[in-house]
Amino acid sequence: MASKLGLIIKREYLAKVRNRSFIVMTVLSPLLMVGMIVLIAFLAKVNDDETRVVSVLNKSSFFQSEFYPSKNISYVHMDNLTLEQAKDSTNALEYYGLLYIPEGKTVEEVSSSAYLFTKDNPNTSITKELEDVFQNQLRQDRLQKLGVTSEQFSTVEKPFEINLSTFDGEKSMRGINEIKAFIGGGFGYAIMMFIIIYGGFVMRSVIEEKTSRIIEVIISSVKPFQLMLGKIIGNSLAGITQFSIWIISASALLFMTVLIFGIDLSALSNDGIMTPGAAGMSQFGGMDSDMMMYAKEIYDIPWALLIVSFFIYFVLGYLIYSSIYAAIGAAVDNETDTQQFIFPIILPLMLAIYVGFFSVFSNPHGPIAVGFSLFPLTSPIVMLMRLPGGIGEGGVPLWQFLLSVFLLIVTFLGIVSLAAKIYRTGILMYGKKPTYKELIKWLRY
Amino acid sequence: MDYILVAKNVTKTYGNHTALSNISLQIPKNCIYGLLGPNGAGKTSFIRIINQITHQDSGEILLNGEPLAPKHIASIGYLPEERGLYKSMKVGEQALYLAQLKGLSKSEAKTRLKYWFDRLDIGDWWDKKIQELSKGMAQKIQFIVTVLHEPKLLIFDEPFSGFDPINANIIKDEILQLKENGTSIIFSTHRMESVEELCEYIALIHKSEKILDGKLSDIKKAYKNNIFNVGVQMQKDPRDFLKSLEEKFNILSSEIDPIENQLNFKVQLASRHTGDILTELSKVANINRFEETIPSANDIFIQTVNNKDNGK
Repeated sequence: MASKLGLIIKREYLAKVRNRSFIVMTVLSPLLMVGMIVLIAFLAKVNDDETRVVSVLNKSSFFQSEFYPSKNISYVHMDNLTLEQAKDSTNALEYYGLLYIPEGKTVEEVSSSAYLFTKDNPNTSITKELEDVFQNQLRQDRLQKLGVTSEQFSTVEKPFEINLSTFDGEKSMRGINEIKAFIGGGFGYAIMMFIIIYGGFVMRSVIEEKTSRIIEVIISSVKPFQLMLGKIIGNSLAGITQFSIWIISASALLFMTVLIFGIDLSALSNDGIMTPGAAGMSQFGGMDSDMMMYAKEIYDIPWALLIVSFFIYFVLGYLIYSSIYAAIGAAVDNETDTQQFIFPIILPLMLAIYVGFFSVFSNPHGPIAVGFSLFPLTSPIVMLMRLPGGIGEGGVPLWQFLLSVFLLIVTFLGIVSLAAKIYRTGILMYGKKPTYKELIKWLRY
Repeated sequence: MDYILVAKNVTKTYGNHTALSNISLQIPKNCIYGLLGPNGAGKTSFIRIINQITHQDSGEILLNGEPLAPKHIASIGYLPEERGLYKSMKVGEQALYLAQLKGLSKSEAKTRLKYWFDRLDIGDWWDKKIQELSKGMAQKIQFIVTVLHEPKLLIFDEPFSGFDPINANIIKDEILQLKENGTSIIFSTHRMESVEELCEYIALIHKSEKILDGKLSDIKKAYKNNIFNVGVQMQKDPRDFLKSLEEKFNILSSEIDPIENQLNFKVQLASRHTGDILTELSKVANINRFEETIPSANDIFIQTVNNKDNGK
């Protein structure tokens, strides 16, 4: 019996792995992924790079040297022209707009009658930047009237950032929680995609056996349950193979990067309190201390735990969902009939992702995050989003981790036995488009 | 008699639908047993129970005297009516896989496959994919896979569908050869021509019930209606003679060849006693044909099913 299951697993695995599309997917997806990131970065940069030219017609004695070219705006001075001439020239030169500052005795007076002329409604970031110049000048002017010198003003204006630390004294980092959540979210998202993609593979494979009519030949040799299980396991092994290839090649890539850029990883694992500036400036050359802190925090994320739990949650979550997928495949005759059944499956997965991004990111250990990370249909995704904080103190309590795994196993056993009943009946039914009512009837056969 | 398979009061229902009601059958060893019936009669349901794909609600099935158990799967070969193969898998690989599922070792399966591939003259298909083969070619592979593990009981459900006449003949000969070698065969079909040629025993299933079973020759005897085909040659025009015969006997049909003075007719006698009509005929004519018509399996099939439906 066990050897038959082995045979089925082997066949399903080889059928999947030898498939040309599997090979293409394995090689291509990381490239696509990298390509997409590069593209997004590029587009964002292109968007940022656009510098608008604003011409300035300043008739006053103020604001003579306040308009510095910035990332967004460069200025062209047209102070010798009249307003009409300046407008025409701005239009003719296709500049973004014309800032008109009329004559006046005080900054207040000048500012309140200044105008920005543009073709369309101006971009808020442009107006904001211009307003800031006025605002700043007005503030200085008002303070001067109160007897504050501009030197005094600039000392008052020094920016401030609060110092951050965890209770055990490690300096905590701005944004590190978001980074952790983002990494967890990435893993959770990967699980969702994998469940949908590989669940779909299982479903299509069941439908293929039905439409090619080999199913009855096979189940006269093995039990339908064995076939279903073999199919699910074989496909999940293919999935794990694909993931392992990605993880190994990513590690190799990282290793190569480290070698090429000569980053000393061992310095990152130095435990204890790191004071900014003092720590390892020499080792890191150009890297500034904040960057290094981030690198250390990311390095400190329990990667091994994450990857191991990723496989645990992926396998368990996948087992649950793919047995449902297998049952659906058995119930229908062709893929177009599957739609009505697939939506309810994807729903909890989508919910998990949304809950993850909206609730877990802001509060990884709040009641909603905990609830959804225990509920078996969402836990594979939500728990992974919580796990970059580690298990135990400061992270996910061990009991929650164990409970969610336990619940997943129990749910798997329950769902797989129900799915097997639908599967057993469905694979021998041809030409019928089943309803939910009918599926429930099959459970009793 | 020794039976390979005995079914006792087997009943199977799906929800409100009764697929088999109280079916009892005895299938003798080393013969070809025809399981006949219209579409939807319950043949496939019964076969699926034998193959342990589904289970009966009540009743018992004995294989070789033992209650049916999972270990018997290896001693049954089944060619389903709805059959196919993995389209994108290579022929040899696929045949090996299916043979191993039946419990053969890989090397044993390989040796036997080689034998069968040579025997059916398809040795060069090993590395082809099923989707490259024609339907008839794929059917040959199906057949080999079914018989490869040398089961004691073979079940063929419409085995000739999908074959051209030449290949159907090859397969028919193989089936007969398997029987010669001692295999018991259940042959399920609704095509009666092949039943006449192959089956020694038949059972007729209709609307989930068994309505007839036994040895085909016995059944045929029982279904004889005392109808005879007669041909006589006379010295003169046989018209008047036919008239006089029609007064005495139940002539079903007749034809006359006036040039040769030949009269052919079909007559149904009141009993198996043929003396009266023979005496009558021999007085005036030379009898060149006198033959009892034996009902074909097809006739029996149609007659029994109609009788059943009309509540007789």
